[in-house]
Amino acid sequence: MPDAIAIERLGKRYRLGELSRPTRVTEAAIDAARRVARRPGRAGRARRDDIWALRGIDLDVPEGQALGVVGRNGSGKSTLLKVLARITEPTEGRATIRGRVGALIELGTGFHPELTGRENVFLNGAILGMSRGEIRRKFDAIAAFSEVEQFLDTPMKRYSSGMRIRLAFAVAAHLEPEILLIDEVLAVGDAEFQRRCLGRMDEIRRSGRTVLFVSHNSNAVEGLCERAIWLERGSINYDGPASDTVRQYLRNRARLAEASWRPADAADPDLECREIRLVAQDGSQKVDFDRSEPIMVEFDVVVRRTNHRLRIGFDLANQEGLIAFASAHVDAPTFADAVLHPGRHVLRAEIPAMLLNHGLYSLHARLGVHEVRWIVHEDDVLQLEVKGVEGEAGQRPGIVLPSIAWSSERTASEPTLASSL
Amino acid sequence: MAGDTLVITPSKGWQPLDLRALWAFRELGYFFAWRELKLRYKQTAFGAAWAVLQPVLMTIIFALVFGRLAKLPSEGKPYALFSFVALVPWTFFSQAVSQGSRSLISSASLVSRVYFPRLLLPLGSVLSFLVDLAVATAVTLPLMAYYGELPSAHVAMLPLVVVLLFAVSLGVALLLAAANAQYRDVQYVVPFVLQLWLFASPVAYSLSLIPDEYRTLYAVNPMSTVIEGFRFALLDTPAPTPSAVAVSTLSALLLLAAGAYYFRRTERLFADVL
Repeated sequence: MPDAIAIERLGKRYRLGELSRPTRVTEAAIDAARRVARRPGRAGRARRDDIWALRGIDLDVPEGQALGVVGRNGSGKSTLLKVLARITEPTEGRATIRGRVGALIELGTGFHPELTGRENVFLNGAILGMSRGEIRRKFDAIAAFSEVEQFLDTPMKRYSSGMRIRLAFAVAAHLEPEILLIDEVLAVGDAEFQRRCLGRMDEIRRSGRTVLFVSHNSNAVEGLCERAIWLERGSINYDGPASDTVRQYLRNRARLAEASWRPADAADPDLECREIRLVAQDGSQKVDFDRSEPIMVEFDVVVRRTNHRLRIGFDLANQEGLIAFASAHVDAPTFADAVLHPGRHVLRAEIPAMLLNHGLYSLHARLGVHEVRWIVHEDDVLQLEVKGVEGEAGQRPGIVLPSIAWSSERTASEPTLASSL
Repeated sequence: MAGDTLVITPSKGWQPLDLRALWAFRELGYFFAWRELKLRYKQTAFGAAWAVLQPVLMTIIFALVFGRLAKLPSEGKPYALFSFVALVPWTFFSQAVSQGSRSLISSASLVSRVYFPRLLLPLGSVLSFLVDLAVATAVTLPLMAYYGELPSAHVAMLPLVVVLLFAVSLGVALLLAAANAQYRDVQYVVPFVLQLWLFASPVAYSLSLIPDEYRTLYAVNPMSTVIEGFRFALLDTPAPTPSAVAVSTLSALLLLAAGAYYFRRTERLFADVL
């Protein structure tokens, strides 16, 4: 069977002068003059300000395969998708695509606030490549899926952002290309919405379509794709089964992560936050923990004056950005009535072992004066990875995976089924 | 699986027009035109009446300044009617060109997120003004009746004149839209160019003011033949000379070809520069 997507030595170069291309004729003239003055002829090939967003990509995707693409910001993921979707042209190499392509770079592309929901469905559908007849045929299904049916004749500017996203996704979900390219569309919306998106994408995959799925969310990549590639600085760094690629990628990312963080601006009359650290039981700083060990979050602070409203805490979010829990030092009985006196303190929060599920978590710093103001309010200051322990059955759903106590009690001496026979 | 295989490679230099792709995406072009129409007069008190009000207001100004004060000749027709019939195609041209030249920039988010033949954006924009043109042309009839003029059989020529008008407008819109994507200076130049072009066209004045030996040269501006054509078809003034028609048609086709090919040549950059 021929490959649905065959990519050979694909490369995309951006000139820095092209990213911020001269947008005025005068600049262009100066640019041209400079080019002539500096180097006559065709010498400008490898200029210092060239950026290869993609280079030497070789990749074959068999028909019906779901391929995940992971990588840091700026690793070339989106560029790859844009080249395959023909939004931008490659600089070198070639890609052969067999089948009708549908690309979802963004939900609701072309939505206009002045148009009604109904009008926007038609416009957005046409932009995504559906014919008028196709949209008309699917309209009722789209409307039902969106759950905003009763507002379809209202201008979209009166919609909430949630309604807009639901309608946008409803259109996108009814796209039926043979090859589907998806870029980070899951990054929006609430948990329920994301769950539905993933469900719908799973259906698409099962229907035998070829899917290229770019995402930050490595759980989603693992769940939806059998194979994944990891892009790093425009090249394929790893290519293999999705779970292997994701593990390699996460390990690399965690290694680069810092175990401590200092706020840039520490000046506050009440409290100075010196540092927040992730610490293991033995006191060493680290970012990768086993489920079987507790995780310490240390706050190194200087209290400047006594304030009983002072709250030192954090939120812990999973990879999809959902808050697993929020905690502050006053939650603990030890601090219930105590105030922090001026001086330097190290506060230690212990996240118990066997609570968090496998995966990556992100810590949001939340230090402030209760109901008055924030002193430090920053997201994603620290990242940590929680790994499974030996003998645990594979990945389970859920943000947390606490060990739940189970027991049983025998209430009848004989099985009821047997006695009735 | 359908047999369509697509090969993506870097393109260099001049590109073919690829009318097949345009045809395949014709519905999207229709949607772009429809969107423009829908949005054009949204939240305006007069709505679609603006399609008529614009040439009417211009006519009043022209009639006062050029008709009453300057007493320009109008080939024996009432000056207001004479200039209105010219302002109908002129309004189409100037609006199609100014909106068309902005079409890529105002849909930048589409260009950087979805594939479609980019030509559809200016094309849809220019197409949408055909509706305004039809409305304004229809209003000419009661105005003529008011002045006691009846359309002659020459009215049958009007569709041909409109085709010429459309070709010029699209050609110029394509050139400017593509240039505008790269150099935003264009948007400041457009109003100035249009104003100059207005005075280079026989809108306020009659072609009879142009000396005979310069008529053919004058016809290099296709809008001169378009406007004379409108007057000929509706007011039964003398027809443009065959040589003027030939020169204008050629010049319009050149503009259209230049616009389309320049657009295609620079098209691959749009997603990166917008």
